[in-house]
Amino acid sequence: MSEPLTESSLRYLGDLDYSIVQQCMHCGMCLPSCPTYLDTKRERNSPRGRIALMRSIADGDLKVTKEFGEEMYYCLGCLACTTACPAGVNYPELFENARAEVEHQDVLFSPERRFWRWLTMKQLFSHQWMLRAVGRLLWIYQVTGLCTLVRKSGIMRLVPKNLRDLEPSTPKIQRHFSDDLIEESEKAAKTKYRIGLLTGCVQDLVFSDVNRDTADVLLENGCDVVTPRSQGCCGSLHAHNGDLVLAAERARAMIDYFDVENLDAIITNAAGCGSHLKHFTNLLRDDEQYASRAQEWDKKVKDISEWLVEIEFRAPSQSDKSEETETVTYHEACHLCHGQGISSQPRDVLRSIPGMQLVEMTDATHCCGSAGVYNITQPEQAGILQQEKVKNIKATGASCVATANPGCHLQIQNGLGLNGAGDAADVTHPVSLLAAAYRKEKGDSK
Amino acid sequence: MAADRDFGKDGLLWRQLAEMVGEEDIFTEPEDLIPYGFDGTAAMKKKAVCVVTPRTTEAVAEVMKLAATESIPVVTRGSGTGLSGGSIPVDGGIVLCLVHLDSIIEVDPANLTILAESGVITKAIDDAAHPHDLFYPPDPGSLKISTIGGNVANNSGGLRGLKYGVTRDYVMGMEVVLPDGEVAWLGSKCVKDVAGYSMKDLFVGSEGTLGIITKVLLKLVPRPKARRTLLASFDTMGAAARTVSDIIAKQIIPCTLEFLDKKTCGCVEDYAKVGLPTEAAAVVLMETDGAQSVVEEESEAMAAIAEENGAISVEKAKDEAHANRLATARRTAFSALARIRPTTILEDVTVPRSRLVEIVSFVEEVGKKYDLDIATFGHFGDGNVHPTILTDETNTDEMERVEYALSDIFDKTIELDGTITGEHGVGLAKKPFLPRQFTDASYPLLAKIKSALDPAGLLNPGKIFDLPADA
Repeated sequence: MSEPLTESSLRYLGDLDYSIVQQCMHCGMCLPSCPTYLDTKRERNSPRGRIALMRSIADGDLKVTKEFGEEMYYCLGCLACTTACPAGVNYPELFENARAEVEHQDVLFSPERRFWRWLTMKQLFSHQWMLRAVGRLLWIYQVTGLCTLVRKSGIMRLVPKNLRDLEPSTPKIQRHFSDDLIEESEKAAKTKYRIGLLTGCVQDLVFSDVNRDTADVLLENGCDVVTPRSQGCCGSLHAHNGDLVLAAERARAMIDYFDVENLDAIITNAAGCGSHLKHFTNLLRDDEQYASRAQEWDKKVKDISEWLVEIEFRAPSQSDKSEETETVTYHEACHLCHGQGISSQPRDVLRSIPGMQLVEMTDATHCCGSAGVYNITQPEQAGILQQEKVKNIKATGASCVATANPGCHLQIQNGLGLNGAGDAADVTHPVSLLAAAYRKEKGDSK
Repeated sequence: MAADRDFGKDGLLWRQLAEMVGEEDIFTEPEDLIPYGFDGTAAMKKKAVCVVTPRTTEAVAEVMKLAATESIPVVTRGSGTGLSGGSIPVDGGIVLCLVHLDSIIEVDPANLTILAESGVITKAIDDAAHPHDLFYPPDPGSLKISTIGGNVANNSGGLRGLKYGVTRDYVMGMEVVLPDGEVAWLGSKCVKDVAGYSMKDLFVGSEGTLGIITKVLLKLVPRPKARRTLLASFDTMGAAARTVSDIIAKQIIPCTLEFLDKKTCGCVEDYAKVGLPTEAAAVVLMETDGAQSVVEEESEAMAAIAEENGAISVEKAKDEAHANRLATARRTAFSALARIRPTTILEDVTVPRSRLVEIVSFVEEVGKKYDLDIATFGHFGDGNVHPTILTDETNTDEMERVEYALSDIFDKTIELDGTITGEHGVGLAKKPFLPRQFTDASYPLLAKIKSALDPAGLLNPGKIFDLPADA
């Protein structure tokens, strides 16, 4: 591509560097890693099958059809195939370009779909104030007991079925969003590093407490924390859903929020965001003003566990009293293990916690079905994966599941039925457990 | 033949097929057909016109009967990981994909056998044997996804051929759908069975040209109690090859003697990060299994032989997990080599073990002669080498040189009393070269057998060889 990304007559697959398309030698090593192929055993539902279709489009042998569009949205984008691929195919780039091509050619058009895409991607996830306003309303709905009233009243019957099914799994909104919990600049007792903290979009509303915990853990390890206000979505939602133009817009906005040059690292605690945030170079390579800044940015973005291990974080000290052991199991978010190759670091964090025993679950790297908005767009396939995940979690008998991505967090929470009764294992972020251990340590030393 | 048959949805053929396999299991849209146009072979594809994925032997037989009546060619495939283009679709033919025939029917520990449908994944066969302390040794590189039916039809090899042999050595029986749609059971659970021709053996390695294998009965062996893995690196290929020859000459038969050259090691390490030496000219992965005492004795002896031959280093795998990681990494060699150039052409020549050094150095010379990038790895213990040409199919000049290089390598192999394919099969990729190896009555014999079993030439036509009539 020679022009910056605009709405002009782009060919997302046709203009893609052909060597990326050619890299797949269709050996089939990806097949056993792909959740959709394992379920259907149908070649087009496999990574190499999808790549063959993309290549056919790039070669001009196949048009971008509705069937192709549906296939690209049936793919979870879990990137398990990327880990499995010995040939090193850049599936994330192929996948994002393929979805962009689908959107560009509008083969999946329906008025509802267009409306929802406009509302979410162009409005809510492009303007954090709007998302917060909706979040506030939802919070009121949830805390006033209005939701119970609505559910009892039967009024939900008037809502379309697919939305009605989703209502009980609506995430619980926090009373305070990130900016209320974290100062714009917080100083460590003894400064070793200066880092920027990403607060995210959904994370900001639903898991602002995880953001606070992240800041606490960083401060505890000699990092001054700079948290720009009202950051909003990093654009991963847009990129994963075929809108590379808006994604580039969000990328530029993110870079502008931070004084990149004067920071040692830019920290994210959400896997799905991190795996996107590390690839701004690609997105902005034709943007003269931003291209080199994007390179600098990519080098500095780190997942919180990755950063903690890199700076040799301090393990919380053992208390004098013999602690009761608590068991935790770890679910690997796809975009952390497959998207960023980060697998051992979150476990290092968990193992450092006194009184915490890590019990591995079967298939920890298997997708839980959340996959961005997949659980909304493909509820059936997402449900199959969710049930499998819940089964594996329960088999460990652990009292708590740690995972480092808001999507997985909610999907597992819903799968375990935590929105209703709370007898099953608790879901948390590794960094929250570490923050709690640091706090406990201070309580003990008083 | 049936080159322009209409398989379109709701057409007559479509409705007949749908009745046999169900509407869910018949595919005729381009989005479905394109992904069935290839297997694991480089630079080889052809769009299918109709794919069916039956779920029972009966449905397979019905489809075959219809094909026989209508003179429609049938290409059988499993997971499509073949490396000779054997399952590439043919003009106007049906692709019969057997991945849904995926049940393990019986593990029989009293008779040491397993009976499975042909779409069962190779690894699942060994996984099912494991709880009974039994073992299914053949382990082709794609064992995590290849189907057992595909393995039998191609007589697949693997890393353990030296001690345990290849797929053929484990096939005791099979159920086959014949080209007229009739079903035949061949072989038995009996260790000795000489009733009639050894028909099952005809179908092993027949690459889907004689019948459609729907069930297989396989022999299992006791699971070895102990295992030891060594990794030796050398500064010349010659030293590595001599080490292998010396080990065999001392009558040590380890289960694995794998060889990787520097380029292959670099690519595999880049992907798998298992600690392979990337500076050495050649690395040999050795594995011995069996009783604890034997394993220890053999691994000591092999280490000593490597050192006598000037090994730069000889390392023992730290534990079982490390040994597994090394073997798994080795299995990815072919795919990992795709990191370097866009097209990866994998060869499979095999020579008597005593000629190993000759063929390896010849491949090196050929690479220089035609200015090509060739990496070599393979099963040294079996004399089976995989010279892999790293090229670009869009570069016509270079592809021409690739053709010359392959031709030279095949000629040399035949001169050394070797074979042009050790474990991948002939398919389409080696077909032009087969007459060079079969120079006597053996070549026309292939056609005679084919004509006797499949007179209409419906099963995987044009693979392995052309019938005289359509040549």
